[in-house]
Amino acid sequence: MAEIELRHVTRRFATTALDDVSLTVPDGSFVVLLGPTGAGKTTLLRMVSGLDRPDQGQVLIGGREVTALSPAERNVAMVFQQYSLYPHMSVRENLAFPLKSPLLKTPPDQIAAKVQAVAETLRIAHKLDNKATALSGGEMQRVSIGRALVRQPTVYLMDEPLSSLDAKLRAELRVELKRIQSDLGATFLYVTHDQIEAMTMATHIGVLDHGRLVQFGTPREVYENPVSLYAASRLGQPRINLLPADLFGGAPAGATTIGLRPEQIEQGTGEDSLVRRIEHLGDQTRLHLTFRSHDLVTVTEAHSPLRPGDILPIRPKAPFYFDASGARLI
Amino acid sequence: MSYSVTEPSARQKWIAGILVALYAVITILPLVWIIATGFKTPSDSIAYPPKVVFQPTLEGYVNLFTTRTRQTPEYMAEHPPQTWAERIVAKYDMTIVGPSRFGARFLNSVIIGFGSTFLSVFLGTLAAYAFSRFKVPLKDDLMFFILSTRMMPPIAVAIPIFLMYRTLGLSDTHLGMILLYTAVNLSLSVWLLKGFIDEIPVEYEEAALIDGYTRFQAFRKVVLPQAATGIASTAIFCLIFAWNEYAFAVLLTSGEAQTAPPFIPTIIGVGGQDWPAVAAGATLFLLPVMVFTILLRKHLLRGITFGAVRK
Ligand SMILES: Nc1ncnc2c1ncn2[C@@H]1O[C@H](COP(=O)(O)OP(=O)(O)OP(=O)(O)O)[C@@H](O)[C@H]1O
Ligand SMILES: [Mg+2]
Repeated sequence: MAEIELRHVTRRFATTALDDVSLTVPDGSFVVLLGPTGAGKTTLLRMVSGLDRPDQGQVLIGGREVTALSPAERNVAMVFQQYSLYPHMSVRENLAFPLKSPLLKTPPDQIAAKVQAVAETLRIAHKLDNKATALSGGEMQRVSIGRALVRQPTVYLMDEPLSSLDAKLRAELRVELKRIQSDLGATFLYVTHDQIEAMTMATHIGVLDHGRLVQFGTPREVYENPVSLYAASRLGQPRINLLPADLFGGAPAGATTIGLRPEQIEQGTGEDSLVRRIEHLGDQTRLHLTFRSHDLVTVTEAHSPLRPGDILPIRPKAPFYFDASGARLI
Repeated sequence: MSYSVTEPSARQKWIAGILVALYAVITILPLVWIIATGFKTPSDSIAYPPKVVFQPTLEGYVNLFTTRTRQTPEYMAEHPPQTWAERIVAKYDMTIVGPSRFGARFLNSVIIGFGSTFLSVFLGTLAAYAFSRFKVPLKDDLMFFILSTRMMPPIAVAIPIFLMYRTLGLSDTHLGMILLYTAVNLSLSVWLLKGFIDEIPVEYEEAALIDGYTRFQAFRKVVLPQAATGIASTAIFCLIFAWNEYAFAVLLTSGEAQTAPPFIPTIIGVGGQDWPAVAAGATLFLLPVMVFTILLRKHLLRGITFGAVRK
């Protein structure tokens, strides 16, 4: 396993997909990249994998400069966002393909054993002899994860690997992948849109905004101490409430926006808001409130007695303030 | 696959069936005629009105494959025919003195036809792959230039090619004909194959690169199997052209490398054209392309409807 380092990596297409990104993924860490569509997440993975080269900057894996090396020479494994099972091969052949490469030249008995083990981990052992095209979307995605896991590469790159799985399987594989990562002490660079994946799996989170890495830190840091309005919007379920800064008073000079996560809204004291709608989600209850004609969402205990039309006093508690450019003030 | 939403009615099906059958009869009739003529005697073959029912004979095939000389009746009496073939020609007081040149000409056709097909498809696949996957400077202009080589009938450049070939010593050689047909077919081959390769998502190769293979290995193990359909249909088109080509073959070959098309019409029998032998030659000439097409027809059908089918 190895550390990944990007130094001032820039990649331009029609737009600038990566803009002077410097990032160190420590050995054995699980780094999740967050950012909306088009932020450059896939492009960043491609820089590390060698499928694409930076216009400027360097890529290092395990301290070795690899910027000019081919993917095979970098010995990385990657799970693609879409399409990547070889359609003319069976599931078994797909899983064995990396092991048969000139890079590894694994003996046949070891191939069989490894393929079987990975297939069982990913719960696709019963599909091993299917054609790759005769699988459901979720099964295909598990096979592509399997194709990465049969090897012991320097780093694992995964581009939304769990996105097309159903909730139950996703929860199971999330735990499974995290376990594999800790057992192997493997370095993972992982793209997801899923809050829970980001918060539960990551040792570090990198937030990408239009190709720039705007924040890099532990999930707690990024959640509790976001550097900008943009970074604050990446995490949190329900999403952070963004309201005019002067709505509650006490805003610092220059603040235009106040950011309130549910736990930053104290209930029962302060000024009155109107309960508009209540969603009972089982373990928690979401409250849709209207405060001085602004809508906001927060959570309350599962068995809340509140009903639509009730009045609930609220007050900000250690909120975030952002200036006009979106930068964090406090 | 997509299906029409409304089933055609029984009457529509009947009309369609009749039209297809009619068209089939019209296209197959000349073929049947040729095949039948191959089994007629020379006199039956030129009978008017044409004979539909006739006594079949292998005379045409025997004449096609042999050279014969006329003998005196005394000689014939002294040397009675030994084999079935000799008995057939003995009717005309003739004996077989050796094989004809048809076998060699046919072999030339096979070598040149399949050789140029292989080369066209081989080079075409590599070029199409490069055009499809890499940043080639002036890509669009080059692709247009490649296509433009087909904008005139190839025979329009017959005279320069004739002179070039004579100077280079390529006239009447297998290599010369293979190169010529490859040059003509290559533009079609590059264009067709580029279309097919464009349809194969690059993610497959990228996955193979990640899995530890080189670009070339990824091409061989991942792209080629998926391009098989396109390669097969392209090969058929190339073979059909090279196999049937007549004008250049007449112009550039006369002996050593002569192919079957210019040879067949020169088969002369007793007192004029030997139509049954010509028809027999034509029949045999049809076979390889037919067999090749039938062998690859699954691919061909998928190839022609490419893009319409679910991948
Ligand atoms: N091969 C390419 N050619 C041209 N532009 C590209 C190419 N690859 C990426 N881009 C552009 O670079 C930007 C970043 O793309 P990228 O695929 O990295 O986004 P992403 O964060 O992975 O998005 P998503 O969440 O939708 O997968 C986008 O604006 C995209 O249009
Ligand atoms: Mg992406």
